[in-house]
Amino acid sequence: MTALALLFDGVSVVYPRAERAALDDVTVEAPAGRVTAVVGPNGSGKSSLVRALLGRVPLARGRVLVDGKDARAMLPRERAQLVAELPQREEPAFPLPVRDYVALGRLPHGARWGGPTAGDRAAVERARADAGVEEFADRMTDALSGGEWQRVRLARALAQEAGALVLDEPTTFLDVAHEMALFELADRAAREGRAVLLVSHTLNLVARFAAHVVLLHRGRVAASGPPDAVMDGATLERVYEWPLVVTRDPAVGAPALVPLRGRRRAP
Amino acid sequence: MPRARWLAGLAALLAAALLGVFVGAVPLAPGAVWDAVRGAGDATTLTIVRELRLPRVPLGAFVGAGTALSGGALQGALRNALAEPYLLGVSGGAAVGAVLTFAAGVSDPVLVPLGAFVGAGTASALVLAIARAGGGRADPRLLLMAGVVVGAFANAAVMVVLADATPDQVRNALWWMMGSVADAGWRQVGALACYAALAGGALLRWGRDLDALALGEEPAAALGVDVDRAGPRVFVAASMLAAASVAAAGLVGFVGLVAPRLARALGVRAHRQLLGAAALFGATLVIGADVAARVVRAPSELPLGAVTALVGVPFFLWRLARAR
Repeated sequence: MTALALLFDGVSVVYPRAERAALDDVTVEAPAGRVTAVVGPNGSGKSSLVRALLGRVPLARGRVLVDGKDARAMLPRERAQLVAELPQREEPAFPLPVRDYVALGRLPHGARWGGPTAGDRAAVERARADAGVEEFADRMTDALSGGEWQRVRLARALAQEAGALVLDEPTTFLDVAHEMALFELADRAAREGRAVLLVSHTLNLVARFAAHVVLLHRGRVAASGPPDAVMDGATLERVYEWPLVVTRDPAVGAPALVPLRGRRRAP
Repeated sequence: MPRARWLAGLAALLAAALLGVFVGAVPLAPGAVWDAVRGAGDATTLTIVRELRLPRVPLGAFVGAGTALSGGALQGALRNALAEPYLLGVSGGAAVGAVLTFAAGVSDPVLVPLGAFVGAGTASALVLAIARAGGGRADPRLLLMAGVVVGAFANAAVMVVLADATPDQVRNALWWMMGSVADAGWRQVGALACYAALAGGALLRWGRDLDALALGEEPAAALGVDVDRAGPRVFVAASMLAAASVAAAGLVGFVGLVAPRLARALGVRAHRQLLGAAALFGATLVIGADVAARVVRAPSELPLGAVTALVGVPFFLWRLARAR
């Protein structure tokens, strides 16, 4: 694994037959060794950003750079050696034993023919241990709880041993403990030198784990900077179109969003 | 799959192949059959063994292996355990091609398979084109829908052609559609072996891509698979392989569905092994079904496609009950 940075440079995405651009001139930088978070309401363009990196959406303008090189010009396999990405949704068509599923993370590194090398096996074992999924390595993927499944998926991404880790809503459907455990894992990956890009709904946790937050609103960057600067009551209220206040968490002092009771605000 | 099961599978294939040579509509002593295989004995026995029975076995093996491989690959690429070449337009297109050839008054052993192959290829191209027009890319759901629609259209076309055909032509067409390896010859065996080696080899080569594609488009892309190319090329190779099998033996149904399912039931997951196991089971199933088709109501033969389905359906129901 070598340290590298991800850069979305003025990215615009327009889906066919769409009224407005899903992403409009969005710049996000995710350097090595840092957790960078992309937040925003539903439909603000978070997932389009991830798909732009995968080459799954048409890019109207801008570039996506991995380690200074255009991700679109790379072979998919070459890109997957540098960036491990966890898409938001995934349902295997046929259940697999967890150990085989995690081993799929070695796919970008393997030869067409021939089995796993000693290096592959070691990487898979490390990933399983890091994600804490050793105990159910022999279970089937369709027999896991929501929290176990997300950890197993993260193990697969870690097994890729890529310099950048992109997680799209990794904590959906998870309870507090599983959610925290996953954020801690992302944090550890960053401290080990990876560039971690975290797409998330959970603003308060993001404010505690991310060093840099990019707030998206209707495909544009509404705010970008350290959590303290982005977690601004007026900005968040405008973006989420809901009455809210931003306070300080009494225990750890991090900025915390508290939505108020009320009704949706007109944009 | 543990080595013991692979060996058991190979043993079953070998046993089926031996039955295919030693058992048939005309009872022959094993010694006489063995002499004939080595080229000795009376002319009648020689003809029966060397020209009627021997080529049937490899032809059945390649038909079964090809259809099973095709089914296993399509199930992975389309993320659907019900996907198989027959559901995706291959059988319908082949039937139209074959029936049109018969209706033109041709029942030549070279031209009928050619018509079937062209029909199957056209139907597959049509399915791919419809799916692309509908979604820009090869979306699995669109491919399945396009396959079902093209199949329905092909069925209607077959009925229209047959409605105006002579009784002889209808009989020929019906027999062809019921599937058989009775007309096996070494040239057919050679041609099908080439297809099986080419398309089957390509599908095996793409086995790892199939492992990723079975997770879904985005996860596969995240794992470095060129999704827009990998899916369609699996579809094309699998369809061509199935088309060659259908051209050689008519419609031999259910093998493409049952053989991969049996492999999964035995715990084979990685697609390269899965395709290998499915090919092994498919070959065994078709050779065995052909033996049954010959001896159950000798001297007349049961339709091979009916026997494979008669064996396949109970197996499928048994798996369904177990899955509950």
